[in-house]
Amino acid sequence: MATTEVRPAAEEPEHLEEIWEDDPGIPGFFSTIDHKRIGKRYIYTCFIFFAVGGVMALVMRMQLAGSDNTVLSPGAYNELFTVHGTTMIFLFNTPVLAGFGNYLLPMMIGTRDMAFPRLNAFSYWIFLFAGVFFYSSFLVGSAPDGGWFAYTPLTDKVYSPGLNLDFWGLGVAFVGISTTVGAVNFIVTTFKLRAPGMSLNRLPMYVWSMLVFSFMVIFAVPSVTLAAGLLELDRLFGTAFFVPKAGGSTLLYQHLFWFWGHPEVYILFVPAAGMISMIIPVFSRRPLAGYLWVAASLVAIGFISFGVWVHHMFATGMPALALSFFAAVSLLIAIPSGVQFFAWIATMWHGAVRFTTAMLFALGFLLVFLLGGITGVMVAVLPFDWQATDSYFIVAHLHYVLNGAVVFPIFAALYFWLPKITGRMLNERLGRVSFWTMFLGFNLAFFPMHILGFLGMPRRVYTYSSGLGWEALNLVVTLGSFAFGLGVLLTLINAVVSHFRGARAPDNPWGADTLEWATSSPPPDFNFEAVPVVASRHPLWDQQPLPVADSGIDDATRAFGPAGAHEHTTPITGGLRAAPETTMRIPEPTILPVVFAAGLAVFVVGLLVQALVVGVAGLALGLLGLAWWVWRIGEH
Amino acid sequence: MSPLRHTAVFAWVLAATLALAACSGSTDALDAHGSESRHIAGLWWLMFGLAAGVYLVVGGFIVLAAVRGRRGKPVGSRISPSMFIVVGGLVVPTLILLVLAVVTVTTTDALRKPSHDALRVEVQGERWWWEVRYPGRQIVTANEVRVPVGQPVEIGLVSDNVIHSFWVPELAGKVDTIPGQRNVLRFTAEKAGTYLGVCAEFCGIQHAHMGFRVIAQSPGGFERWAAEHASPPLQPESELTAQGQLLFQRLPCAGCHTVRGTEARGKAGPDLTDFTSRATIGAGAVENTPQNLARWIQEAQSIKPGALMPDLTLSGDEVAALVSYLESLN
Repeated sequence: MATTEVRPAAEEPEHLEEIWEDDPGIPGFFSTIDHKRIGKRYIYTCFIFFAVGGVMALVMRMQLAGSDNTVLSPGAYNELFTVHGTTMIFLFNTPVLAGFGNYLLPMMIGTRDMAFPRLNAFSYWIFLFAGVFFYSSFLVGSAPDGGWFAYTPLTDKVYSPGLNLDFWGLGVAFVGISTTVGAVNFIVTTFKLRAPGMSLNRLPMYVWSMLVFSFMVIFAVPSVTLAAGLLELDRLFGTAFFVPKAGGSTLLYQHLFWFWGHPEVYILFVPAAGMISMIIPVFSRRPLAGYLWVAASLVAIGFISFGVWVHHMFATGMPALALSFFAAVSLLIAIPSGVQFFAWIATMWHGAVRFTTAMLFALGFLLVFLLGGITGVMVAVLPFDWQATDSYFIVAHLHYVLNGAVVFPIFAALYFWLPKITGRMLNERLGRVSFWTMFLGFNLAFFPMHILGFLGMPRRVYTYSSGLGWEALNLVVTLGSFAFGLGVLLTLINAVVSHFRGARAPDNPWGADTLEWATSSPPPDFNFEAVPVVASRHPLWDQQPLPVADSGIDDATRAFGPAGAHEHTTPITGGLRAAPETTMRIPEPTILPVVFAAGLAVFVVGLLVQALVVGVAGLALGLLGLAWWVWRIGEH
Repeated sequence: MSPLRHTAVFAWVLAATLALAACSGSTDALDAHGSESRHIAGLWWLMFGLAAGVYLVVGGFIVLAAVRGRRGKPVGSRISPSMFIVVGGLVVPTLILLVLAVVTVTTTDALRKPSHDALRVEVQGERWWWEVRYPGRQIVTANEVRVPVGQPVEIGLVSDNVIHSFWVPELAGKVDTIPGQRNVLRFTAEKAGTYLGVCAEFCGIQHAHMGFRVIAQSPGGFERWAAEHASPPLQPESELTAQGQLLFQRLPCAGCHTVRGTEARGKAGPDLTDFTSRATIGAGAVENTPQNLARWIQEAQSIKPGALMPDLTLSGDEVAALVSYLESLN
């Protein structure tokens, strides 16, 4: 494999665009398998769910602004907090991180698409259909109302006879397919499609985080799918897995749910931390300190996070010895987070920080996550948790972690990577205003909740009486939440306006170090005409000009150069050092993934309404799509 | 920006300290009046001290690290990156966590230790109220747990419906009532008084109105109360009250409620044998007054929507008779 020092002038660029572009119009919309289009769709869809879930939170805060308010009926309140939690976890946080991964990961490792582009399209459609399915519950007036955790027996057929919980159970099991399939795709892409020379110790930290994210998903998600699936078997077919009176166990449900539920917190935190590990070094103008420490911390979190789930069950009356084990592991997991924290501090300490909006969000993340991490250690302390659990202290803690430590990095990522995605810069001044509004609003909204917890305010109450000293703080919380909402709105406006009027983004507006910045903004459909040759952890800093590969004559190296782009292929590499192996043909656009996903969606609706015909029709459609899909693989 | 950020961090911690020191609501977990809650409050103040220290130091490092190179050039430093990571990220957290681990185990041990002379009380979580029984005594009541000061109490917690969680912040941490198992909560009330409790596990539409109270009184006072409550209520004295009793037994009331010593033996709702002694109606929904009782009988669904108590369509006279009867139950 030969390398050239200069990127060759694009030969016949028009022609190359034609080879890669999607069909125009509606058919192209449904048949695209371009990881960038899919990634963008993920991100945009997720932000719609984020906005809807956020508005629900604001309505709930109106209800709780004063004692004995009647903005919402108790039933409506219970629906809102259930749908808010479910939306934020299943339809915003998890998929938006997958969406960024979809868009960024292939470009960061210097390849032309994901390892399984059609599977990638499939996972988006499943996610979308699951979200629409879940929200259609409002149309029939039966939104889920059993809490986002849906504890049995409250959620079994006796205590929740309507369709409400079926929308939840089937929706959760359904969306799990999307996450799992996506995780497999990320793992294979990372291991097999890296640019030549990108050994594991040169992987951008974000790619490390997506790798850990994906392995965690594969081991954790089956557990919640099982919990929701068995719950639905109980509800639809009269089994008794979780029915105590018939010999079932309600604690079994809690174990299954939290065996996913706690790793899930880290499934969200790990890629968010990965984003931060990309952003802080760029704006500190130096490489990340302690690369190996940080990578090892991510991997350690991946393992340890599977040993902490029982800390959600400290008040269930389990023996103290068993609880103490989980308390100890829950304390232990603070250490890898501490290591990352000081790696970020050391990076800034030895660098020179530029206060861009993205960096402000990263700093906001540090200050917010620090508090969320500290209260996380507190609730690991068993006796303290007996007071804190299920009180507003936990509402505060979980929002510092999930909203603070995940949403702030996602906003940092928006300001950082959106110029690459849209080709337009966001307005920095509006960005700063948005950051400060969000940061102050956030702390005003969530800090007082700690104190409300001490004052005995339990979670998930639709109202409270006067005279308990809860009113003033609740009013502050409500005001803070609206300020936070306003800050979010400013960024959304910023994003939309910049899309049309933003300044043109150069290839590498921030002077960043990784390969996604080596291509144009927005990138061409094929990402790289010739694949870069990597000889450093920071190719754009250390390898100027960036060398790209020529097409070799054999199968192992042919796809590296422009010939690969012309032939709609991308190279496969392997081993720790990403040595050339062979060429992968990138499949043509197809509607089969959406057909398969739609078939499954119809099947789920059939289960919901218990109509055999609908279920069978859906299954038949899905299987037909799948069979055709598998059949046609041979054509390439 | 740096001074602003410093001030903000400091203001948070200060505000938190003041607010925590000043709060004195009646469900205040740090205003501890029980053996268990006192242990936990002590633990909290230890953790708060550590947390405040950690936040100030680490937050200070973050702010300092961010601003020291603001002129666009890195500033030299004797602290190497690996020193930051090893000392700040590994050694110091490990030491702090070790302290917490030891405190966790010793405190847990102290709180879970059974005692010989404990008073046993059996509490069952219902939708959405609490049934309270004293084994060995003929007492069944609802939403009020009376305990003697200074004597260890062992509360057995069960449920035959959904999961609830029994929480009296001023006395102890919370324990869930889980169908199919009996959990135990132990504490000793250290001071006479009324302590408010709530259900802490989401249990359906009226989770918000599932309050109760623990009334700690002197051992003598407790025994007097127990003796009084062991005997069934007196027969009605006035005609209106007698009429009310008749109505109570004829209407659906008796199908759900028990009044000991009468034919009302329903099990679905709270036992009303000592109704007038209770502070609230509907597990904390409204104060227990004759007016509220009359409203509750006729329109429970607008006071506590979704509760299992139906709205009864009755004449004014009937309501008056029922109120008179229920107000006589003591």
